[in-house]
Amino acid sequence: MFEAILLTVITAATPLLIAAIGELVVERSGVLNLGVEGMMIMGAVVGFGVAHHTGSGFLAVIAAILAGMLMSALFGVFVVYLATNQVATGLALTILGLGVSGMIGESFIGIPGMRLPELYIPGLTELPFIGPVLFSHDGVVYAGFALVFLTSYVLFRTRMGLILRAVGDNHTSAHALGYSVLKIRFLAVLFGGACAGLAGGYMSLAYTPQWVENMIAGRGWIALALVVFASWLPWRVVAGAYLFGAVTVLTFHAQAIGVTIPSQFLSSLPYLATVVVLVIISSNRRLTLVNTPACLGKTFIPDR
Amino acid sequence: MEQRAGKALLKASGLTKRFGDILANDSVDLTINEGEIHALLGENGAGKSTLVKMFYGSLEADAGSIEWSGEPVSIGNPAMARQLGIGMVFQHFSLFEALTVVENIALALPKPGNMSALSARIKEVSEDYGLPLDPADIVADLPVGIRQRIEIVRCLLQEPKLIIMDEPTSVLTPQEADRLFVTLKRLASEGCAVLYISHRLEEVKQICHHATILRHGKVVAECDPTKETAKSLAQLMVGSAVHLVNRSTSATKTGDVRLELIGLESPAQTPFGTSLQAIDLDVFAGEVVAIAGVAGNGQGELFDVISGEVRVKSDMLMIDGESAGRLNINERRQRNCAFVPEERLGHGAVPGMKLSKNIILTRHTTGEGIVQAGFVSDRRAAELEKKVQSEFDVRMSQPDPDAKSLSGGNLQKFVVGRELDRQPGVLVVNQPTWGVDAGAAALIRQGLIELAHSGSAVLVISQDLDEIFEIADRIAVISRGQLSDAEPVEEMTREKVGLLMAGGAEKHAPMTEGAA
Repeated sequence: MFEAILLTVITAATPLLIAAIGELVVERSGVLNLGVEGMMIMGAVVGFGVAHHTGSGFLAVIAAILAGMLMSALFGVFVVYLATNQVATGLALTILGLGVSGMIGESFIGIPGMRLPELYIPGLTELPFIGPVLFSHDGVVYAGFALVFLTSYVLFRTRMGLILRAVGDNHTSAHALGYSVLKIRFLAVLFGGACAGLAGGYMSLAYTPQWVENMIAGRGWIALALVVFASWLPWRVVAGAYLFGAVTVLTFHAQAIGVTIPSQFLSSLPYLATVVVLVIISSNRRLTLVNTPACLGKTFIPDR
Repeated sequence: MEQRAGKALLKASGLTKRFGDILANDSVDLTINEGEIHALLGENGAGKSTLVKMFYGSLEADAGSIEWSGEPVSIGNPAMARQLGIGMVFQHFSLFEALTVVENIALALPKPGNMSALSARIKEVSEDYGLPLDPADIVADLPVGIRQRIEIVRCLLQEPKLIIMDEPTSVLTPQEADRLFVTLKRLASEGCAVLYISHRLEEVKQICHHATILRHGKVVAECDPTKETAKSLAQLMVGSAVHLVNRSTSATKTGDVRLELIGLESPAQTPFGTSLQAIDLDVFAGEVVAIAGVAGNGQGELFDVISGEVRVKSDMLMIDGESAGRLNINERRQRNCAFVPEERLGHGAVPGMKLSKNIILTRHTTGEGIVQAGFVSDRRAAELEKKVQSEFDVRMSQPDPDAKSLSGGNLQKFVVGRELDRQPGVLVVNQPTWGVDAGAAALIRQGLIELAHSGSAVLVISQDLDEIFEIADRIAVISRGQLSDAEPVEEMTREKVGLLMAGGAEKHAPMTEGAA
């Protein structure tokens, strides 16, 4: 029972984690992409479609990533190069994604999907308790953790990360020093799109292997909120995503064992718990302020 | 001192740059020799910044050529300029607030190497030149003087042959400026050339070997500044005799207190803002009180509190003897106050609105007939706009243009004139002549003095000490959100103001960051 709960927590947290890490990188570069939900749903429908037609989980995941990137490229061209309003364009991207995915996915409704295979790691997967909980997941779960580790390392330990943070902090100065603000932002937006696409694909390939219209159900928005409450720090995103996942799963189990709390309250519990905990974590105002990208949401038009 | 006989390091010939209809640089010739401190003088808008941006590769010339050590070069971007050995210290700092000192410096170096080695080098070089820095500090926590050090040390680490400094002393106390001059002279003696942009003539006379003077984008004179007087340099810059402000006598005995701040406190409103602590100040009818201080010490916050953009406890601020701390900006205007913020475009005026509409925005509640029975009278607004235009010589290309189409100086004349025209009882102005040419500045300053003489209380917040000594009857100094007592101008010297700017009168421990 306990094992099963832990397993579902990991599955529930993974898409949030991956989408939020992508958005964190985008926001660190100074771009606010409110289209996470739209990119995720496109990842979900394309991933499901490719899995259905080819039967290959690997190709399905790649296709989901590409779908997210394509959506983000559209966003990037408008926001970064044509300097449109980031909030409006992001919202439009979400609406576009929901609409287009509904259209593409019409024929997928009711078709049983395929689930991503679990990795078998010789020696580790057989371990009691630890084996099933930690070493019997599909590749995306591990990729999620690798992503957090890499993002954290690149952001704070490499020159590439320093430049990215600099662009998000002060795009005018970064430009004056000779860095290509637009190119860096566009690449960050693409990375965010790839992550959102992967997270969306995970929803239709592992979390609930089927296609249902609007199946992301607001997880894109949760991912966006996680980034802010995590003060733009990768490991805090992990904490937030897992907390959200854990409370979600616990409320299911609470309902199953017949706890007599109104179900509306139970279903709002993950949101409340995540907000409360992350507000407490981010109460170090100074740290939050230093980590908030100063140019977040501001359009940059180079003078030459 | 003659122009140093050293080899020509940078030679610009016929540099021309056009922005739309405006010729920002018109066939400029300039030669900088090795080991020379070369002054580039000119009024705001004379084309100094445009010229140095072409040297630093952030702008491309439309015509003309640049030679570097005798070789023709094309400087396509700042990275190329740095590679040649050109470093630049910007007027508005190009630092990243959320990053540390060492990260900021690493961003400007082509091969910064590993961070701890770089930190060690920063410590060594900065101490060697008498500009000590802690590489691990976050820039947001540092005062402006230290931030400039970071920029200078960043240049020094690139082992430059030419350092361009854009108005470096505008953010320094007089004492900090003296320390900077020592560093510059040492650099010159080591063979590094300095292109020194300034409009402060005394310091140019003090440290520069040669001066090139720009007016309307053209080189109008070259000279040896040590052989000129400040007055003759000013005439070269402006092109005509400089109109000096007529102070008549310093205001005789002052009247009643019109604006009073009593133990005023206000927490910082923005992440890196300043908290105001226990500020006491009286401004009497008939006088100009000026608040000096280095940028970012709470001037903007103080202005916001007095104007009503940020409210305080009712009794902390009195207007004509009545509590006004909770009143909003229009209620204060109705009590015959007027306010001119620092940022003229976007704060003082709405860029995309006609000047007459901008008049309505600050004067619709003051009972001047702009709003009649709930309707806006465009006719009355247009009348007032014409009046301000003629009284304050606001030059425009078409009648009643959008605010954004005016040049900086003309817009400043408009936003100050709009309030002066009302003859307010209390006028508060932040940086009245920032980025304004000498002619317009004199007109604005004259207007402020005349308003005070007519019995109003005038409070001027400024970072320009020349301006303060020119117009103020009493001077107070703001430092880290605390205000010194206002003292009569006769008892103040630049040195004293400088010490106060550096925190000499702070009575309270500074608020710890983030504690609010």
